[in-house]
Amino acid sequence: MTTEKTRYDRSDFQTDQEVRWCPGCGDYTILAAVQSYLASLDIDREKHVFVSGIGCSSRFPYYMNTYGMHTVHGRAPAIASGVATANPDLTVWVITGDGDGLSIGGNHLIHALRRNVNLNIILFNNQIYGLTKGQFSPTSELGKKTKTSPMGSIDRPFNPVSLALGSEASFVARTIDMDRNHTIKMLSAMYEHDGSGLLEIYQNCNVFNDKAFLDLTDKGTRDGNRIWLEDGEPIIFGADDEYGVTFDGQGAKVVEVAGVGRHNIHVHDAANPNPSVAFALSRLAHGPYGPTPLGVFRNVPVPSYGRMLEQHIAQAKDKQGPGDLSKVIRSRGTWTVE
Amino acid sequence: MSDDTLTESRPVPEKIDDVVIRFAGDSGDGMQLVGTQFTSSSALFGNDLATLPDFPAEIRAPQGTIGGVSSFQVHIADWDILTPGDRPDCLVAMNPAALKANIDDVVPGGLILINSDAFDERNLAKAGYEDNPLENGALENFKVLSAPMEDLTKEAVKDSGVKGRATLRSKNFFALGLMSWIYTRSIDPVIEWSNGKFGEDTPVGTANVMALKAGYNYGITTEAFHHTFEIDPAPLPAGEYTNVVGNVATAWGLMAAAEHAELALFLGSYPITPATTILEELARHRNFGVKTFQAEDEIAGVGTALGASFAGSLAVTTTSGPGLALKSETLSLALIMELPLVLVDVQRGGPSTGLPTKVEQSDLMFAMYGRHGESPLPIVSTSAPSDAFDAAFEAARIAIKYMTPVILLTDGYIATSSEPWKLPDLKELPDISKGYATHEGDEAFLPYQRDEDTLSRPWAIPGQPGMEHRLGGLEKDATSGNVSYVPQNHEDMTFTRQEKIARIANDIPEVEIHGGGGEILVLGWGSTFGAIRTAVNRVQKAGHSVDHAHLRHINPFPKNLEEVLGSYDTILVPEINLGQLSKLIRAEFGTESIGYNRVMGIPMRARDIEFKILEVLEGGAS
Repeated sequence: MTTEKTRYDRSDFQTDQEVRWCPGCGDYTILAAVQSYLASLDIDREKHVFVSGIGCSSRFPYYMNTYGMHTVHGRAPAIASGVATANPDLTVWVITGDGDGLSIGGNHLIHALRRNVNLNIILFNNQIYGLTKGQFSPTSELGKKTKTSPMGSIDRPFNPVSLALGSEASFVARTIDMDRNHTIKMLSAMYEHDGSGLLEIYQNCNVFNDKAFLDLTDKGTRDGNRIWLEDGEPIIFGADDEYGVTFDGQGAKVVEVAGVGRHNIHVHDAANPNPSVAFALSRLAHGPYGPTPLGVFRNVPVPSYGRMLEQHIAQAKDKQGPGDLSKVIRSRGTWTVE
Repeated sequence: MSDDTLTESRPVPEKIDDVVIRFAGDSGDGMQLVGTQFTSSSALFGNDLATLPDFPAEIRAPQGTIGGVSSFQVHIADWDILTPGDRPDCLVAMNPAALKANIDDVVPGGLILINSDAFDERNLAKAGYEDNPLENGALENFKVLSAPMEDLTKEAVKDSGVKGRATLRSKNFFALGLMSWIYTRSIDPVIEWSNGKFGEDTPVGTANVMALKAGYNYGITTEAFHHTFEIDPAPLPAGEYTNVVGNVATAWGLMAAAEHAELALFLGSYPITPATTILEELARHRNFGVKTFQAEDEIAGVGTALGASFAGSLAVTTTSGPGLALKSETLSLALIMELPLVLVDVQRGGPSTGLPTKVEQSDLMFAMYGRHGESPLPIVSTSAPSDAFDAAFEAARIAIKYMTPVILLTDGYIATSSEPWKLPDLKELPDISKGYATHEGDEAFLPYQRDEDTLSRPWAIPGQPGMEHRLGGLEKDATSGNVSYVPQNHEDMTFTRQEKIARIANDIPEVEIHGGGGEILVLGWGSTFGAIRTAVNRVQKAGHSVDHAHLRHINPFPKNLEEVLGSYDTILVPEINLGQLSKLIRAEFGTESIGYNRVMGIPMRARDIEFKILEVLEGGAS
C-alpha cells in the first residue's frame, strides 16, 4: 500500500449523493476503506470505473466520484468485462453481493474469473437478501429461518472463496468489514494483481442478519477464530499463536502448535500454481463459524484476457498489416461489369 | 481444362434466360460446398444470381433419411433477378431421400440429375420408397439423366492417393463437374479454389480435381448429356461486384460504420444459429482492432457490449430469437442509460427453439415491444443479402447519433443466402462520428443535458477527466443524471425518451413507391423484398396497376408513410409471420390492410404473392 501523500484525499472520491444505507450497515466502513485506498493511489481518478448489479451494496457506484454503472441484477461481471476489454487502461471494480454475484449472477462471476478479465471484484457477503428485506441467500447457513424459510433453509450454501478457487481465479482473498486496515491491505493486493480478482468481505447487515460474523468480531472469540494468511509465513493464529494449520492426506486442519512443532506448520504460498492447496485452506471453515481463514488465498501471475486480446491485435496487425476494408470486401473474388 | 477443349467438343448449347438449380443430397454429401462453388463460377462469369441454402438443424441426421437432406438452391440469370427462385428447373439428387424431399418442388418437365448408385434397396427403404422411382414411371413428367456417380468417381480418383470408402467423398465434385458441363460453366475457378483449400498435391485435393474433371468429361463423352445450356452474363449496372452472403455483408457494414464513426468495434456475442457467422467473420479481422468477445451466454453478450459502449466503442451484439428474449433486460438498461448499441437479430422460426435454420419474420413485435416499461427504440430492417451492408451501417449511424440501442432485423434467409453486390466506394460513405464529450471549468458535467434538435445526450467516456459520472438503471434527473424519484421528472423523462426516437423520422428517407397511382399497394419489410418486387413487376407487366413500397425503418416509420397508406384503398402486406406489420400500421395510423401470411420456414415465393395480388385485384380476398 502506498503511504506517500498523493494529490487526492478521501473527499475527492465522495459524491454529493446522500448515502442511503441503513445506519450501522457494514457497507459504510467498506465505502470509507475504498475511498481512502483510492485516494492513496497515484492514479487518475477518471481511470476508475465502478460497476455494480442490484442489491444494497450495488448502490456503491453512486457514492464514488469516479465513472460508474449501476446495472441489472447479477450482470455486473459481464458488463464490467466489456468495459475492461474495450479499454484495458482503465481500472475496473465490480461491486456485488452474495445474492447478486452468487445467485442470479453466478454464471457471469465464474466466467469472468476463469477468463481472467482484469477486474477487481468485491463481493459483499452478508449472508442475506437485504434490499428485499430478509430472505435467505446462497450463502445463508443451512437451517436459517427467514421470511421465505420459516422452517429453516434447506438450501446448502456456497463458500464464495471455494467457488472462486474452483473457477481457477488468479487472485482470491477474504477480509471482514470491521477490520479497515486489513480491508485496505486486501484491496491493495487485488489492485496490484493483473487479471481478475475476487475479494470476499464479510459484511454485517445489522437489520436483517445482525451478528452473523460474531465469531470473528467478538472480542472474546475473534483471536481464536481469525486464521491470518500471510504469504511466506507459517499459518499460525490465536491470542498467543497457539494454533496452526497443517496438511495431512485429508486436507488442511487446525492443530495446536505445541502438539506438532512449529516446523510442521504449513507455510502459506499464495503463488502456488496448484489451486488445490488454497482450496483446502478455504475448506477449513464453511461460513464464518469457528476458525476461518482471512487474507490472500491465491495470487498467481496469469496473463489477463485484455492483455492477450491486445497481443492478438498487435500480432494480426504485424502479420496482415493494418486493416484495409476495401481489400476485405474484395477478398472473395470480384468481377467487373463494364 | 482449357477453354479450347471446351469449345471444340461442345455441341451448340441452348440459350436460356435463367435457371433455378437445386443441389440436394445427404447432409454429409457436401451439397453446400458444391452449390457455393457452382455459384462462384457463375458469379465470376457475370451472371446475376441469388442463392438459398437449406440444411437440417442436426449436424449429422441419420444418413440417407429425409430428415438428413441438405440442399442448396441457386438462381442464375442473364437479367437482374431478386430471388433464389420459387421452384427448381433442375434438381441434382444424390440419393433417394434427396429426390423424395425435393421432387414436389421441381417444375413439370424439369431436369433431374440422379446419382444412380445410391438408388439401392437399402437407401430406397430409408427414404420410404417402396418401388424404385427410377423404374416405376414416377418421374415420367421430368427429364431424367442418371449417372453411376459413385463408381465413376471411384475409378477416376484411383491414383489420387485416397483409398477405400474415402474415395466416395469426392462424388460431389463429380456432380459439380457434370453440372458445369451441362450449364456451360468453366471448372477452372473450382480447380483454383480446391488447390487453395486442400493443396494441389495432397491426396484429397488431387481426388477432388480428378472427380471434377471426370464429371465434366463424362458430359463431353456421353451423348445423353449433349443437350447443354448457356446463360449469358447479366447486364448489371457498371461497376465492380462480389458475391456476398448476408451475414458477411452485415459484419462488413459494421466494420465500415466503426471506421466512419472513428470508433473501435466491439462485438459481444454468444453462438446461435443463424447469427453465428457474423461473430466468425468479425473474429477474423483483429488487424482492424476489432474486438470480439465470445461470452458465456446471450445476456453476457449484450452485457459486455453495453460495457464496451460505456467505454467508448461502437458496441454490437448479435443473436437470434431466443437470444433476443434473453437480452431484453439489458436492452432496457442501455435504453435508460442512453448508450449506443446495435443488436442484430437474425430472425428464425419460433417460438422457442422453433426452426433454428429456417427463416421467419416473427420477431417484429418483440423488437418493437419486447421490453418492460415504456421503452421505445429504433428498428432498422434488411431487405436482401446485398442490402445488409447498408442496413448495418444505418443502424450504427442512428445508434451513435441518438445515443440509443437500435435493433437491426435480418433473418435466416438473408444470413445464409448470397447475391452479387456492387461494391461501394468506401470513401464516399458519410461521416457518422459523434465525438466524445469534453468538459472544462468547475461546473458539474451534466450527462443528460440534451441536444435541442435530436434530444441526444453527450457521450462521456471513462478516462476523460472532469466528467466522472454514474449511469444506472434507476430513473435519473433530467439533466444531472442523478437518481431521481420525483414524479414529474419520471413523466418528463418517459416522454422525452419517446420523443427522441420519434424525431428520428426527421432524419431518415421517405418511403419510395415502386410504380405509382396503382390500385393496390403491396407493403413489405425485410427479406420479402425480392419476392414482392418480382411479383409486382410481373403483374405490372401484365397490365395491372399495382405498386410496391418496402420499409427499411420500422420504428420510427418514415414521415410520409401515413400519407402514402392513406392514398390507397387496398393495401396488401405479405409477411413471414401472422401479420405483425399489419398490426403496427393499424395501431399507428388506423390503416386496415390485407395480410398475406406464410410461415413455412422458407422465403416468400414471388409466384405465391403474384397469385395473391391477382386474387385481391379480382376482389376475391378479404
